[in-house]
Amino acid sequence: MNRDPFALWVYLSASPLTWLTVTLVVWIAADAAAKGMGRHPVANPVLMAIIGVALVLALTRTPYATYFEGAQFVHFLLGPATVAIAIPLYKHWPIVRKNLTAMMAALLVGAVVALVSALAIAMALGVPRDVLIALAPKSVTAGVAMGVTESLGGEPALTAVLVIATGIIGAVMVTPLMNALGIRDYAARGFAVGLASHGIGTARAFTVNPVAGVFAGIAMGLNALVTALLVPLAMAFFR
Amino acid sequence: MNAKAWPRVGLPVRNVEAHGGAMIPALTLLLGCQLVGEVVARGLGLPVPGPVLGLALLLAGLFFASRFGWVTPETVDDTGLGRVAGVLLGALGLMFVPAGAGVVHHAELLANHGLALLAALIGSTLITLVVTVAVFRLIARRSDPS
Repeated sequence: MNRDPFALWVYLSASPLTWLTVTLVVWIAADAAAKGMGRHPVANPVLMAIIGVALVLALTRTPYATYFEGAQFVHFLLGPATVAIAIPLYKHWPIVRKNLTAMMAALLVGAVVALVSALAIAMALGVPRDVLIALAPKSVTAGVAMGVTESLGGEPALTAVLVIATGIIGAVMVTPLMNALGIRDYAARGFAVGLASHGIGTARAFTVNPVAGVFAGIAMGLNALVTALLVPLAMAFFR
Repeated sequence: MNAKAWPRVGLPVRNVEAHGGAMIPALTLLLGCQLVGEVVARGLGLPVPGPVLGLALLLAGLFFASRFGWVTPETVDDTGLGRVAGVLLGALGLMFVPAGAGVVHHAELLANHGLALLAALIGSTLITLVVTVAVFRLIARRSDPS
């Protein structure tokens, strides 16, 4: 061993293994912290883990691209995880079927409200049009939203940040909001959070109630479809 | 590892198969459905994300297998596919961390309109949650008066 510690760090800091491990360790710590706080809605593990990773990257002056080379293996799992929603969907099919009409109505109204309300508030506060394009698909799961923005000439990287912020906001808000409204129907609660806050809302729903998780997953999938079709239409109006 | 050594520590061999043996085919099935979904979505230029089509395909497959009694809603969690799905969906939050950490990369981009965007996100998410749950309950109550 003639390597000095600095040379070892140079190797490790560029290795995907390091950043994959960092992502997992930070997640385990964040999830344990959330559990320790009794899964309180404000103690969102996704938010805590993102802050943790951002701190590590800032302290070690690691470029995001280097980090992502390792973290992409975790990012990749979003695809198969979306497909895997078919299993709880199949398992809870009778309750899904019973609520089919309610779901379709809530989907169409919710998708339009999510899109128009975000654009209207941002426009009233003076946000320019090129940023509005990146904002429009914010309720849709990251991969789809970035594709929508790109096809309209917006900035997909900005969309990713807005999408994840929306997810965290919805996941933090949903439990106290629904309790305050006195809604005990976990199908309805899950569907609302999946529609408004895609996968991060769905992750929250699965930790609260399995039926809520299933409906959140369905809403996430359906809203990805509807919003991908609605955004180009809406952007024609908001100019 | 020799599976026959397991009964000594009190684990039935069949369970060892269910735990380890069925994981790789299950993961392959999930990836295969996603792949078909991506090929169809991109090939036909559909605005549907590939994994969502993959979800629909796998669901159709499960209903098909159900007809022949190969799988039931009660036992699906104990199959390799059910276990892999449980692991993946249990860690869904983790999968958003890499993209979310990209916020450091775009900090200056957000500095100009950060507050306005935050107001839009919070306001819009609140309105969307309330309206969606209200419409859902309204229709559900009408179709099921119990």
